[in-house]
Amino acid sequence: MNILLRHRIILPVVSLAVLLAATFYMQPRAMSYFGLNLLFNLAVPIALATIAQMMIIMVNDIDLSLGTFVSLAACVTATFLNDAPILGLAILLALILSYALLGAMIHAFELPAIVVTLGMSFVWGGLALFILPLPGGVSPGWLRALMTVKPPFAPMAVVAPIIIAAVTHLLIVRSGIGTVLRGVGGNARSVQRAGWPVIWLKALAYGLAGLFGVLAGMALVGLTTSADANIALRYTLLSIAGVILGGGEFTGGKVSPAGAVIGALTLTLAASFLSFMRLSPDWQIGAQGAILILVLTARLIFSRKGAGT
Amino acid sequence: MTILAKPWLWSWLAAAAAFALILGLTGGRGAGELAYAALSFGAFAAIVGLGQMLVITLGPGNVDLSIPATMTLAATLALKAMGGEPGTAFAGLAIALGVGAAAGIANYALIFLLRLPPIIATLAASLVYQSLAIWSNRGLRIKPPEGLADFATGRFLGMPNVAWVGLALAIAVWVLLERAVAGRWLLATGQNLRAARLAGVPVELVRACTYVAVAMFAALTGYLLASFSGGAALNMGAEYLLMSIAVVVIGGSSIAGGNSNVPGVWGAALFMFLVVSMLNSYGAGAGARNVLTGAIIIAIVIAASTRRART
Repeated sequence: MNILLRHRIILPVVSLAVLLAATFYMQPRAMSYFGLNLLFNLAVPIALATIAQMMIIMVNDIDLSLGTFVSLAACVTATFLNDAPILGLAILLALILSYALLGAMIHAFELPAIVVTLGMSFVWGGLALFILPLPGGVSPGWLRALMTVKPPFAPMAVVAPIIIAAVTHLLIVRSGIGTVLRGVGGNARSVQRAGWPVIWLKALAYGLAGLFGVLAGMALVGLTTSADANIALRYTLLSIAGVILGGGEFTGGKVSPAGAVIGALTLTLAASFLSFMRLSPDWQIGAQGAILILVLTARLIFSRKGAGT
Repeated sequence: MTILAKPWLWSWLAAAAAFALILGLTGGRGAGELAYAALSFGAFAAIVGLGQMLVITLGPGNVDLSIPATMTLAATLALKAMGGEPGTAFAGLAIALGVGAAAGIANYALIFLLRLPPIIATLAASLVYQSLAIWSNRGLRIKPPEGLADFATGRFLGMPNVAWVGLALAIAVWVLLERAVAGRWLLATGQNLRAARLAGVPVELVRACTYVAVAMFAALTGYLLASFSGGAALNMGAEYLLMSIAVVVIGGSSIAGGNSNVPGVWGAALFMFLVVSMLNSYGAGAGARNVLTGAIIIAIVIAASTRRART
């Protein structure tokens, strides 16, 4: 199992390294504290959102509402959390709890998660419009300070993803509860037979997803200093792509938190890389798709070889 | 088997209820116009919904996320080729359908050759289509040829032309699913892929044809929608991703695949339009409208699941 886990992480690491090397080759000046910060600046919220999506994929579901949820969290952060911190905190907590409730409901009624989250995407989007009908709001000062802090040796944009990867690795891969959570994705019935209340575990997985979704929204506001109701819509697809790029699979609870963070970094870097190549911005979205396809092709060849030996 | 047990009935009842609620507010005025608008806009949702339904019927995990990108790409290329010249409508249609077929083949190639889960394959492909559309569009807004625009906004026997197209496609899909061998193959594949393969169903052919069909349906919708609204826009397909999945589920098809429900898709398409106009006419803002739409979708899914549990 350990070898398999290590194998799973190799491909994402290699893809990120290749892309990073190509970027440095094109633009050697990016190889600096400031350059790295610029390259990976927006990766922090995307990495957090990818972790959130991973929590859902871990229990064999998929979340199509994540982008709108992160947008809503960003809107709450830029308004309530700034103006009335206690109320803002309570709202964010309520959002996390409602995610947990959603997970419990999906399990209890055996609902298709894809449809429920689809419906929730309307709800989150509507609430975000309530709060901020027009782009605006202000980032709380401490959040802005936290996101722009300059740690020694490596910029925040590099340090933060490493911390995120380490914490979630401990939580999901190393801890006992993380193993059980992955077990729900692997075989929910056997987890149930072993005496675990699956409904609580699902609620926990969804609650964690809500927590990381809220953190993604807060990080995003800390970087952009304001919010609007559509600020993070593309995170839904980016986060799914990030999880898969990072070696996760849609079924069976096979996920890798470190891989997911690396997947998110790869996707962020892909956009910067193309602008260094002086490729027209028209192709940036398409190139993210192409990189996704390339990495997955590599994975196929990789896994075939693995199966052959 | 009473009529009450038909799963498509509920979406039609819901549509009728929304219709009645709007008329209750206006005191019965404007019923004709409302029905006409619902049929026009419902037709677009219904056509993409039919395609999505075929894919979802293929079984768990099968869903086409590239519908909006395919719609936009097909519409952009078709309008560009027609260039607003009269008499080019059929050439444009051929181009749109050709783009759809190519997108469908590309999607299936990714799924089959790279063994990607359909969600990821269509997602990655849609990013590429989106770029192609942006690149070929370049902010231009080419008007559709006049005859085509007249057709798309016109009516025949009191019903919008686009609704006739949607109706004809719905009947074709229904006949295919209920009366043709190919439809039985599709249902069998969706119910149990392995059993279908062992029974001699050419499952990969069925899957390939389904992914091509959904892309062609999306391309046709894009072509009609661009002609209807006077030009292609890059975000024209955006709302149809959620819409296509929502109408399939509200229409009573099983999200787990293996059963499909053609009349329900039309009922749900009308319902989705009427719900929005109902909330509009009751003065709900954009925020409230979205929250309520989402709440209604989830309520319907929960209702459908408890009904299923009882039977």
